[in-house]
Amino acid sequence: MTFVAKPRIHHPQLPVNELGLTRRDYEGLVSTLCAGCGHDSVSAAVVQACAEMALPPHRFAKMSGIGCSSKTPSYFLDKSHGFNSVHGRMPSVATGANLANRDLFFIGVSGDGDSASIGLGQFAHIVRRRINMLYIVDNNGTYGLTKGQFSATNDRGSTSKKGVPNLYEPIDLVSMALQIGASFVARSFSGDKAQLVPLIKAGLKHHGMAFLDVISPCVAFNNHNGSTKSFDYVRGHSGPFVHADFYPPGEEITAHYDPGATEDVPMPDGSTLRLHKLNGDYDVHDRVGALETVQRYQEKGEVVTGLLYVDPDAADCHEILDTVDVPLNGLTEAELCPGSAALEQVNQSFR
Amino acid sequence: MKPTNVLDPNYFHKVVDCQWACPAHTPVPEYIRLIAQERYTEAYMLNWDSNVFPGILGRTCDRPCEPACRRVRTEEKPVAICRLKRVAADHKGDITPYMPPVPTRKNGKRIALLGSGPASLAVARDLLPLGYEVHMFEKDPAGGGMMRSQIPAFRLPADVLEEEVDLILDMGVKCHFGYEITSMKDMLALDYDAYFVGTGAPRGRDLDLPGRAEVDEHIHIGIDWLASVAFGHRNSIAGKVIVMGGGNTAMDCCRTSKRLGAENVTVVVRSAFEVMKASEWEKEDAMREGIPIVNNRPPKEFVHENGKLKGVVFGCVKPVEGENGRLKYVPSGEPDVFLEADKILMAIGQENHCPWIERDAGIQFDKWDCPLLDEVTLQSTHPKVFFGGDSAFGPENIIWASAHAHQAAISIHLLCQGKDLKADRPPEGVNLVSTKMGLHEWSYDAEHDPSARYLVPHANKKQSLGNIKIEVELGFDRRLGAREAQRCLNCDVQTVFTDRLCIECDACVDICPMDCISFTANGEEEDLRQRLMAPAQNTEQDLYVSGPLPTERVMVKDEDLCLHCGLCAERCPTNAWDMQRSVVHIPQLGSYAGEASA
Repeated sequence: MTFVAKPRIHHPQLPVNELGLTRRDYEGLVSTLCAGCGHDSVSAAVVQACAEMALPPHRFAKMSGIGCSSKTPSYFLDKSHGFNSVHGRMPSVATGANLANRDLFFIGVSGDGDSASIGLGQFAHIVRRRINMLYIVDNNGTYGLTKGQFSATNDRGSTSKKGVPNLYEPIDLVSMALQIGASFVARSFSGDKAQLVPLIKAGLKHHGMAFLDVISPCVAFNNHNGSTKSFDYVRGHSGPFVHADFYPPGEEITAHYDPGATEDVPMPDGSTLRLHKLNGDYDVHDRVGALETVQRYQEKGEVVTGLLYVDPDAADCHEILDTVDVPLNGLTEAELCPGSAALEQVNQSFR
Repeated sequence: MKPTNVLDPNYFHKVVDCQWACPAHTPVPEYIRLIAQERYTEAYMLNWDSNVFPGILGRTCDRPCEPACRRVRTEEKPVAICRLKRVAADHKGDITPYMPPVPTRKNGKRIALLGSGPASLAVARDLLPLGYEVHMFEKDPAGGGMMRSQIPAFRLPADVLEEEVDLILDMGVKCHFGYEITSMKDMLALDYDAYFVGTGAPRGRDLDLPGRAEVDEHIHIGIDWLASVAFGHRNSIAGKVIVMGGGNTAMDCCRTSKRLGAENVTVVVRSAFEVMKASEWEKEDAMREGIPIVNNRPPKEFVHENGKLKGVVFGCVKPVEGENGRLKYVPSGEPDVFLEADKILMAIGQENHCPWIERDAGIQFDKWDCPLLDEVTLQSTHPKVFFGGDSAFGPENIIWASAHAHQAAISIHLLCQGKDLKADRPPEGVNLVSTKMGLHEWSYDAEHDPSARYLVPHANKKQSLGNIKIEVELGFDRRLGAREAQRCLNCDVQTVFTDRLCIECDACVDICPMDCISFTANGEEEDLRQRLMAPAQNTEQDLYVSGPLPTERVMVKDEDLCLHCGLCAERCPTNAWDMQRSVVHIPQLGSYAGEASA
């Protein structure tokens, strides 16, 4: 929370994108989260990603539920559509919105409480339905808004601020997403924008359910020794497996890595995802292998980050249901009321 | 890069661009805050302590602070620092309780000040509270020097001048006015413990062109003519007037002529408009009064008939950029132009000139006829003789005179105490005090005010052109002053970073409106400047580099465009960032305003 408003003035040499907008035009209201909250970094990363890709803010729908994380859509893209829904119910609202208007960019922001506790059922079903969206979980392992109880993603043995250990097994949303049908699964860290921003770009351009688990430390209640979701712990126990760089269509790809270890994944809109394999022969298209790797490392208390799984060709919900190509608001009366002859034809098909 | 040493007094001083640019290093943001709090008396005293003539300078200063103002870089127009100084002077209350006490029992040392201009007055002000007996010698009948003789009353009213001159004289200066000094040797024979020469640059330059001698009675040297107006020896000028020259004296000459009844007045300058020496606002004021400024016209010949001046022939040149980046002038090919004139005022520069200092008096002069001085102590080759103001290094301005005076006073004091002028000189220092008062509470107004520079009201043009005593600029009233004060970015409230507290959460990077802060791998300055959040292209501004952080990166802050809005400190969860007011201590004999501003 800050009382000094962020001035509108910006650096005179701030880059302007193809839409004539600067990064500052993608910001939202001033955050009311605690100073230093990881979630604010995630918001800043969304801002940076959208600005660099020159996406039109008014073509976004920001969806969220309840919690610190779910407040954050107010803090980016203030010229977008948004819906702040009931606790844990963001997935059903997002599903409806997406079915109604398939042409928008959908970005859902949820937290470990919103998605792994009250909304776990909703989370599972939006993932298995493969709604075309970027689903971000700001994961801090604690209920910061209610002063620091363990959340369902908190690791067993990780301690509270007062030193009390957590007695329950954690829910790993990455593993769940891999298991039940997400076609893009990644994990990142709010303190590493170099990794996070390209993942957000790729997730936005991915066709289908893109799930991004972002470990986002709670500086007020879960950033102490003994926590496994603190800045220090994550920095000390995480390793990127696959670093993804995102290149929009037509942009020259500049390789910084050993060419043998890269793979280019073409995206539906002509952009390219360049993957740098940083950990041996990890296969980013092997869902079962990804699941195994994530869980093996988790057993050791290590956090695997980066792009963990991607299937660029998987069908999304609209393709599965074979829905109409245009958004519902684009359908004319002629299409919506095709007349009695058409009705008769439909009725005939059931006889 | 090595971690920045913020305890070096110069580091944060440089960040306060206005104070750094000011020769006297007046703590500008501090007095602007006092004005915002309507504490005009304290604001005045803070100025008086540092630059000695706030009311005079608030109207006439050359304002080196304003082009340096950070707002020129973040937006466009600087804070109206000079006009705010005048607000403090115009609205101050009783300052007598703040005046330094002057001991009645003297310390036995006698000091002679030659000239009564700003430099000598400021030396007197610094020395009197320490018990020195100060004697001031002046050829004019009143004190003030060029401030009285060369600055016209429509820019500097007599009462403002007299108030600040008398404030010092009344501290107990022994005045010897109307005393023309003709021999330095005679002065030295009077055996004062130290001498300060503050006689200015009293010789106006002349132009030796064909016809010059024949029309002598129609040509006046600008500064001498202004002095004769100031002392009431002259109160009219008739016919067509050409003012030659492009400095502030030229502007004063043309505007004075207009007021004394000239039929028309034209300023003719040999150089281009942009490089004229006159301050921007002086040019604007002259043009607002309908005085044309003709540029790129070097004079060739004075045309006369039967001993009467007819006019001047000017050549036509155009500026081209020379190899060294400076403009040089080549003939433009246009035919020469003839301008009619009945009077010519010559304002093409002035020189320091001390014919009364015998060249065998023990004071050495260089090939430009300037005294050989130590730049720090201002001591000449004669150990008891010091120089300051325009007579030291050539024509500058009042604020330089104040700055020289402080240094010369320290030197004189050290000399009289038998100490070494360099080794025993007091050092500069810096104090850093947190402005944090509580959660989200700072003891300064951190919020950025996007207002444009406020315009200053002017007197009715018709009336002021008819009376040389009517001051043209009316100054900001309290309300406008308060608004303009809000534009100050408080550059003296510094962003101080403590690396061992930082958890690298990026909150400061995300919130910084100007993209000043980056966390990155360390490197050489040139390399670092390229890979920050925004490239740091202004190499005159420093990079603030921390020690290594847990991830082995460093924090790098580009000081160039920081708004000092405090958002980094607001957003910092661990107080690694703090907003701390830096108070730079510039050595000066007895600092009087400390109590006033604290």
